Amino acid sequence: MTEHDTKPHLTRDHLLELLRKMLLIRHFEEKCAELYSAQKIHGFLHLYIGEEAVAVGCMEALEEEDAVVATYREHGQALARGISPGAVMAEMYGKQEGCSGGRGGSMHIFDAETRFYGGNAIVGGGLPLAVGLALADKMQGRDRVTACFFGDGAVAEGEFHESLNLAALWDLPVLFICENNLYAMGTSLTLTESETDIHLKAASYGMESSQIDGMDVVAVEAAAREAVNAMRGGAGPHFLECRTYRFRAHSMFDAQLYRDKAEVEQWREKGPVVRFTNWLHASGNLHNGDLDAIEAEVAAEIDAAVEFAEAGTWEAPAQLTRGVYAEATTP
Amino acid sequence: MNGTAESTKTTTYRDAIRAAIRDALTRDERVFLMGEDVGHYGGCFAVSMGLLDEFGAERIRDTPLSESGFVGAGIGAAMGGMRPIVEVMTVNFSLLALDQIVNNAATLRHMSGGQFGVPIVIRMATGGGKQVAAQHSHSLEGWYAHIPGIKVLAPATLEDARGMLWTALEDPDPVLIFEHVLLYNMEGTLPPDAGPVDISRAAIRRPGKDVSLITYGGMLAKTMAAAEALSAEGIDAEVIDLRTLRPLDIETVLDSVTRTRRAVIIDEGWRSGSLSAEISARIMEQAFYDLDAPVSRVCSAEVPLPYPAHLEQAALPQTDDIVTAVRELFGENV
Repeated sequence: MTEHDTKPHLTRDHLLELLRKMLLIRHFEEKCAELYSAQKIHGFLHLYIGEEAVAVGCMEALEEEDAVVATYREHGQALARGISPGAVMAEMYGKQEGCSGGRGGSMHIFDAETRFYGGNAIVGGGLPLAVGLALADKMQGRDRVTACFFGDGAVAEGEFHESLNLAALWDLPVLFICENNLYAMGTSLTLTESETDIHLKAASYGMESSQIDGMDVVAVEAAAREAVNAMRGGAGPHFLECRTYRFRAHSMFDAQLYRDKAEVEQWREKGPVVRFTNWLHASGNLHNGDLDAIEAEVAAEIDAAVEFAEAGTWEAPAQLTRGVYAEATTP
Repeated sequence: MNGTAESTKTTTYRDAIRAAIRDALTRDERVFLMGEDVGHYGGCFAVSMGLLDEFGAERIRDTPLSESGFVGAGIGAAMGGMRPIVEVMTVNFSLLALDQIVNNAATLRHMSGGQFGVPIVIRMATGGGKQVAAQHSHSLEGWYAHIPGIKVLAPATLEDARGMLWTALEDPDPVLIFEHVLLYNMEGTLPPDAGPVDISRAAIRRPGKDVSLITYGGMLAKTMAAAEALSAEGIDAEVIDLRTLRPLDIETVLDSVTRTRRAVIIDEGWRSGSLSAEISARIMEQAFYDLDAPVSRVCSAEVPLPYPAHLEQAALPQTDDIVTAVRELFGENV
């Protein structure tokens, strides 16, 4: 039986690993923005820049056999979960070497090996799926957790309420993680919710619920570990509202008319990478050359991912109608 | 019992479905039934009556009124290794779960590059004729048949009510089964060992040579009655029960039409953009030169179904409408 850590082990190695993962996501997303402008990536692209601590901190609490359901802003979760940057990049290029065979693109990252169930582009649409995955585990007697990421926008959808109710009613091992970045696309939370303390809504369904500083990767990891451990002990669903912020626009089409540049700057100054790096310096965990080494490693990984995607191949159009059903089926 | 073996027994469409569900629950521990009022109430149409006592609350699972939530949960559970039968009380309420069905169940295999499949069965009651008015009388199975990634079935006989469910459960892809509300009380006989049937072929319920009457589900009975009436007038109608609406067994339809050279499609959906329009288009595309007359359609009138009986019946396809449509194909003045 695996021993599940109740608290993060704040060893230097672990801390540097957290930093490395956040930097991998940060620079991967920056590269995606470049590649989008260079028209290598098309359609919708939703960047995770600023929110890295949430994915990285939460994934630390999960085991291999657990499941993850995420949204269309899921590159951070995908990388933190361990899907190879090459597979994710190739998917965004639309190459058949991509993790979803090139059929999904940026919003539909799926990976069976890491139990990564998307990549869901309908706001709120993944929550019932997470409930079902957890239901299957419970009915089959498997001690696994399903982590479900979604944003503050999803809280307004009926499926949010239906899913939380079902999870609490049936005592299902779902870890609901709300990435509250204060905006649902271009509309501020204050304009869309009568009650903006999202974690209170979850609490009203009778589940353990808390609000976390989503810019603090250690705090996120600690909260996620505590929740997951309680859930493995049979404590039912848990809800984490992670207060965070995205530094870039909603997508590549967004002119950001709905928020002040000053507000964005304020959040950047207390962003997850900046805060963590400063703390690592101050606490003596970051030695000379550490950061450079990590940055070099990450840069190399991302270059390799782009190379992999560039070298990838296009699926033959003759195969267009494959993959709709398990066996070829003419309508 | 006694020494003489019973070759068949009298039963109903409802009982046949219950037997199918019971059989599935017994055969495969991954199967469970989930939906509104399936347990303690015994099922809105009494299909699952008694099953809660027999199989318990884990496997006969009453849900809150959360169609999107529990259909989505069924999809997730199917991805997680279970074989759920999700009962949406009627197609009218399924609209609340349309996102989960169209954006998840139908797409997950394709979007994930084949990594994940959704072996879910969703059963729904469908159709009108009981004076329950506009919001409770839809026939939207034709809409669902529009969507790649799901399969759509319409059992019209006891044999199919009994046999389609298991085959659907074995299918690795999402299967929707539409049970017409007026069929639940239909009586007939079934062999006690009646078992799974195929879900890919249409069936010729009445062979004939003069006209192909193409229909499914709740309209089969009226179509058969029309065929009887027509035979008294010397017109020998062939009746095809589509059984599966997606994928359509167009081969059986085309084979029939090339023999009879005339076709009428009977569809309880509204005429515009209905499944009958699709079938008509395919016949035109693939058997144009075999036709002696344009393909004709008998569908519901373009009105939300009204409450009073005389108006509701005027809106729905009737046996007389089918007979009239056939006569018109032979140039008779009606």
